[in-house]
Formats: sequence, C-alpha cells, structure tokens
Amino acid sequence: MQPSNRSSRILLPAKGWFIYLSLFVALGLEYIPTGRTPGVPDWVALVLAVWCIREPLRIGMGTGFVFGLLVDVGLGAALGQHALAYVVLAYLVNGLARRLMWFPPLQQALHVLPMLLASQVLMVVVRMIAGAEFPGWSYFLSSFTSLLLWVPLTYLLLLPQFQPVDRDDNRPI
Amino acid sequence: MSLVGHKPPPIFRRGPAPLVRLMLFVSVCLAMLVSDLRFRYLEVFRHAMSVVTYPLQMAAATPADVVRNASVYFATLVEVQRDNAELRRQQLGSGERLLRYELLQQENAHLRKLLEMAQRVQTRSIAADILYNAPDPFARKVILDRGAQQGIEPGLAVVDAGGVIGQVTRVFPVQSEVTLLTDRNQAIPVQVERNGLRGVLFGAGQGRLEMRFVIGSADIQPGDRLVTSGLDGVFVPGLPVATVVSVDREGDAFAGIVCEPLAGVERSMQVLVIGRVDLPPAPPAPAPPVEKKKGKGR
Repeated sequence: MQPSNRSSRILLPAKGWFIYLSLFVALGLEYIPTGRTPGVPDWVALVLAVWCIREPLRIGMGTGFVFGLLVDVGLGAALGQHALAYVVLAYLVNGLARRLMWFPPLQQALHVLPMLLASQVLMVVVRMIAGAEFPGWSYFLSSFTSLLLWVPLTYLLLLPQFQPVDRDDNRPI
Repeated sequence: MSLVGHKPPPIFRRGPAPLVRLMLFVSVCLAMLVSDLRFRYLEVFRHAMSVVTYPLQMAAATPADVVRNASVYFATLVEVQRDNAELRRQQLGSGERLLRYELLQQENAHLRKLLEMAQRVQTRSIAADILYNAPDPFARKVILDRGAQQGIEPGLAVVDAGGVIGQVTRVFPVQSEVTLLTDRNQAIPVQVERNGLRGVLFGAGQGRLEMRFVIGSADIQPGDRLVTSGLDGVFVPGLPVATVVSVDREGDAFAGIVCEPLAGVERSMQVLVIGRVDLPPAPPAPAPPVEKKKGKGR
C-alpha cells in the first residue's frame, strides 16, 4: 500500500465523538464575549481546518455549514455569513488535504493561512455589500494568531489517536 | 452510475463532486444572507437555533463575568469615595431640577386640560448595565443585562445621562441586544430643538452621525441640538440625541449635515431603557343610529 503521508507513525482512526466534541468546545471558545479585541482566533475555523485535513471523508462542507450557522446565531452575525466562509474554507482545505499531509505542521500552517484569510475576506465582502462598516485591518489579525496556534492545536487534536490499539508495557509507543 | 449498469461498491461512493457541493452550499448561504439582511425572514429560525446555542453561550459568558466582577472587587476605596462625592454633587443639581420639573409637569397637565389636548405619552423605564460589545465586528451593537423577563421589548429606546444611545433590536430571555446610533443601519427620527425642523438621523461610522434628506436651504446651523421627534411612534419625543457639527450646502439638493452624539454612545456603561406606556384607547365616539340594512337578503 502506498503511504499517504510522511509520518512513520501509524495513527488510530479519529473517533467520531471526539471530532464533534472538539468542534463544540471550539464553538464554546468562539462564544466567549471578547468585544472588539483584535486578534482573537476563529476557533471553529481552526479546528474545522485541522479535521478537514485529517479526515477529509468525514468532515467537510456539510459540517462547516452547520457549525457556521451555529456561530452566526451565537454571535448575532448575519445568518449565513460564517456558514459561507466555513463552506469555502472546508472546500479549499479538503481539496488540498492529500498534499498537506506530506508537510510538517509548520508548513501546513503556512498553507492554511491564505485559506483562513480568504474566508475572512469573503465575510468582509459579504457584509460590506450589505452596507456594514469596514471593521479595520486589525480584523485580519485573527488569521495570524490562528497561524501561531496551528502546531499546538494539531498536536492536541491528534493525542487520542497516538495511543496503541492494545496496551503493551514492553513496547514504546 | 457505472457503464455496466450496477452501482459502485460503497467504499468508492462519495456523493456529488466537491465543486457541485460547494456551489450548492454557497447558493444556500447566499439565499440565507439575502433573506436575513434584506427581509429579516429568518428571525424565527434564529430563535429556534438559539435553543441549541443558548446553554453554550451562558457557559462561555462565565469568564467575562468573572473578569468584570473581579475588576469591581478590586476597585480602590479612593475611587469609590471620589465617585460618591461626584454623584452627591450631581444629585443636588438634579434634585433642584426635578422640583422645578414636577411643578412644570403639573402646570402643563393643567394647561393641557384647559386646552382639551391629549395627554403626552407616559413613559416607563428599566435600568440596565451594558455587559459587553456584541461580537459581530461589522456592527455597532452592545449587550444589556436585562431581557424579556424584565419586560424589555424590541424597539425600545436606550438612553444614558446625556441622551439617546440606541435602540433595542433583539431580545433574549435575560439579555438584549442594542444597536447603537453610530451603526450604519440605524436610523432615528429627530427634529431641531430650535425651530422644530424634522429629519432622520443615520449612523455614519467612526462614531459620527449624519442627518439625511434635509434640503440645502433649510434653516439648520452648526451647534443646533437635535432631539427625538417621536413621529415613529417608538421613541419618546424630546430626548436629546446629537449636536450639529458641520453643514455642507454645496453639491446636490440635500445638505450634508454631520452630527455628533450627545450621549456617550460608545462609552457609557449604565443605561435606561425607555418605552411608551400604551394609554387605554380613547372611548369610542357615540355610535351613529343603526340603519336598517337595505336590499340584500330580502
């Protein structure tokens, strides 16, 4: 069988409940009222992007759409604004998932950054067409904080998959 | 469908192509955006969804509550004493004004009765604290700590000590969302205090307001105070709103009037939510004598 990524590690498949739990935790983080503080990362977009790379067959545009609507309702944004951004993000990341698996996490982050920016630009364009005010350039800072969080977050989300199928005290992981 | 006439095995089945799915989702999103932003059709859907999101939101608001309470706890004694002295001074001033106001109100009621005019609208008010800025960075909105359970309804005016700061646009069980005057999509009917000239005030971004649709030759000048006209049937008339900063009579038929809010629209923390009390409807006019129905049925 052809290897599908560079890692020499064989991971367990991600559990469905863990994927959705992580997405809901991200949703909770997204709901924390931070006002207009610039540079607060878009947690749901970040976790969604990680799973879109790792599990492209299970997590994709449908999940992005549903969680986008939940974010819209919770934040009081225009209904469909985040849904649109996440659908496009999931499409882009899903499309690149096979290639991205060959890169170490830091370079993955550099690949994901323009996609996160693209989804933010999309939201700005949609809202400005609807007559809203330009939120200022600091709005785009959140993509760059997401860039910094990419490596620790990927590691955190992969932790449950690192454990062996059957525990053996004599075998190093 | 494969060429030989049977379906591919389930491991290869993946539904429609990604681009097709993208187009489908994007068109659904765009349809939702248009119907929400232009026509406000989706409020019911939003309410239904908020049943799911509400517990999560409440849990997420806890850290912000902790931070706010901690900052109150650590406020120094000196600060509190200074605030207290300031408030006492203000109390004296407003007490004196209140005495005069009550006198004037009685006099007004008396004169209105003499002239057989309708009574002015009565108001009710609910005090509320601003919890935080609404998270949507594209709009100027704040969240209040009072909601439907305390009697807040959409459409009520929100004022601080200086004047109007905005209008309640969405109500949740124990919170409500206020759209500030400076939001681009917020409008408020006003009149010039000096001469009663009416107009509509819109948010202009960057904390400024703009009075639109006033003809270039109208009598309005920098320094004029604008108050609510109450013509919309929503706001209480006579609340101070803004002062005119500059009037530009060049260009097209309408004057470009830039105003500055009188209230601390983006600064105040304690506000009053003011609504009209609906008076009992006037007694019906004596019914005209009933005439016999003609024609039909006979």
